[in-house]
Amino acid sequence: MSVDAKQYSPAQQDCASHLSLAPTLKTDALTLGYGVRKQRVKVIDGLTLGLPDGKVTAIVGPNGCGKSTLLAGLARLQLPESGSVLLEGKDIQHLKRRDVAQRIALLPQETHSPEGVTVHELVRFGRQPHQGALSQWSQQDQSVVTAAMVAADIESLSERELSSMSGGQRQRAWIAMALAQQTPLLLLDEPTSALDLGHQIEVFELIQRLAHVEDKTIVMVVHDLASACRYADHLVAMHAGRVIAEGPPAEVVTPALVRQLYGVECRLIPDPDTGTPLLIGVRRTHERLSGSAT
Amino acid sequence: MQADEMIPRSHVSAMSSSSAMPSSSAVPMADSAPATRKVTGRLALWKVMPLACAIALLTCLASLLWGAGQVGPMQALKALMGQGSEEARFVVYELRAPRTLIGIVVGMMLACGGALMQVVARNPLAEPGLLGVSAGASFAVAVALLLGIEAAGMHVIVAQSGALLGCLFVMSTVRVRGARQDPVRLVLAGAALSSLLVALTSLVLLIDQRAADEIRFWVVGSLAGRSLSALYHCLPSLLLAVVLTLWLARPLAALVLGEQVASGLGHRPERVRQITILVVALLVGAATALAGPVAFVGLAVPYVARALCGADIRRTLWLCLPLGVTMLLTADVISRLVVPPSELPLGVLTTLLGAPVLIAVVRARRLPTL
Repeated sequence: MSVDAKQYSPAQQDCASHLSLAPTLKTDALTLGYGVRKQRVKVIDGLTLGLPDGKVTAIVGPNGCGKSTLLAGLARLQLPESGSVLLEGKDIQHLKRRDVAQRIALLPQETHSPEGVTVHELVRFGRQPHQGALSQWSQQDQSVVTAAMVAADIESLSERELSSMSGGQRQRAWIAMALAQQTPLLLLDEPTSALDLGHQIEVFELIQRLAHVEDKTIVMVVHDLASACRYADHLVAMHAGRVIAEGPPAEVVTPALVRQLYGVECRLIPDPDTGTPLLIGVRRTHERLSGSAT
Repeated sequence: MQADEMIPRSHVSAMSSSSAMPSSSAVPMADSAPATRKVTGRLALWKVMPLACAIALLTCLASLLWGAGQVGPMQALKALMGQGSEEARFVVYELRAPRTLIGIVVGMMLACGGALMQVVARNPLAEPGLLGVSAGASFAVAVALLLGIEAAGMHVIVAQSGALLGCLFVMSTVRVRGARQDPVRLVLAGAALSSLLVALTSLVLLIDQRAADEIRFWVVGSLAGRSLSALYHCLPSLLLAVVLTLWLARPLAALVLGEQVASGLGHRPERVRQITILVVALLVGAATALAGPVAFVGLAVPYVARALCGADIRRTLWLCLPLGVTMLLTADVISRLVVPPSELPLGVLTTLLGAPVLIAVVRARRLPTL
């Protein structure tokens, strides 16, 4: 049992979400699952969570803990079994898809870059939630698209085909598309998976800039705990469909939490440059993961 | 000595590469070398479209001028100018003009139907004629004729219902595990359905000799002897298909980026897919009611359109209009000229033109992704 990690019982989770000043996006006793009737599997179980505005929130946890499902639920892609996702205090299921798309941009893990499509053409898709059925491409749309490409630092490649670009460039193009949606909220599902270290840093620094300079609320699922510690303002640690710790990485990440999440031993030291927690000496633990459940 | 040899050699290689450039840029197919590709491997729609339309108009003219009968191109041209013999004018205005008009509509419908189906199936081989959608339509018409449904307007609705059933069957096979990774499986499932329906149709032919003559008319793809009134019966559903397609274009283009991406942009992938299948059935059903089952137009035309202008469905659909007309009328004109005074079935010619495209797609090292 850990003492220093914040451990929440469901009742305490409620309190925690009310402490932050009514975040734009939050969940209320959200339960999400797959399958039908008897074979129904609950992936997220009664989750109450607030995503702080203007911050980078990283959702971390072992494989299959429900991170991506939570993100899909937040973006209205999945109908909750019970509970709700609240956007500006309103149940997201009662909002029109278009209205949601004007407030939340989603970059899923699974994207497809069709052949022959250029960066500029991809980014234009981001304007779809703002376009009427008959409305033409406007000057304003064009300037938003250009600004999005500038923000994602991809403007110099705007006429290049996606299929001819590196993974990092392509990911920046996709982020530019999400930016063109001009939403206060940006949900990213493993934005740096399949990228090498250089490209990872590129994307994470872009994400940080978006939150801190452009005041966007960013929620990202991150596989790598080390990057989450380094780049997130707020960390949500999930295990088996529940939030087991939540808060600034420097406060919540402890050897005990890491053991509970991933079943590994490690030591933590503050990063000499940024002060964020740094994991060192990671090795397998002999203790079984299930034994340390709260 | 060696240095002397080096210079001419590099010079020669520069020469040969520069002489190779124009030929590869003139045919901007998918295989254009990366070195010659400057920014994108495709052309702008506004550059290709006028040329495609001009070629389509030329094939329309050719369709008016050449025929299997006695009236030659010069006589037909005179008739078009308002001169020439009574017979020539009759042939051109009463026979070839309606035929050309039907050909234009059928070509557009089949090409667009194919392009739409390929986006929904995420498979460049999804072709209504190959996958049993046309066969479903003609089988439905055959059954309707057997049951004695004679009203001309009914044929269109019956054919569209048959096309819809064929479409739904084939699309359900796309969901079978592994079919998405292997586009050829879809074609196999479609070929199986297609042969089954063709066999059932021939069974219907055997059952009722009286209906047989009329049914043969529908089973063989041809533009010969189809009347304009059949075209009028198609107009309402054609109009509906056009309206739905205009509404669908944007969400369909987004759907190509991925299911979740489309949802994130505020679309409903499932509904978009259902309506698209409905539109494919409307288009292919109407085309089959007009000209019988005609294969490969829906495969070859969108393939060429994508190769020219990229994969975006909105561009593909625009380009499918003139290119569909061109392919169908070219096939039709050739079908009249090969064995005069009789004609080859239109389907034979479209297959001759389209099958090489299918082989090219299947043999490509990497199937183009949609």
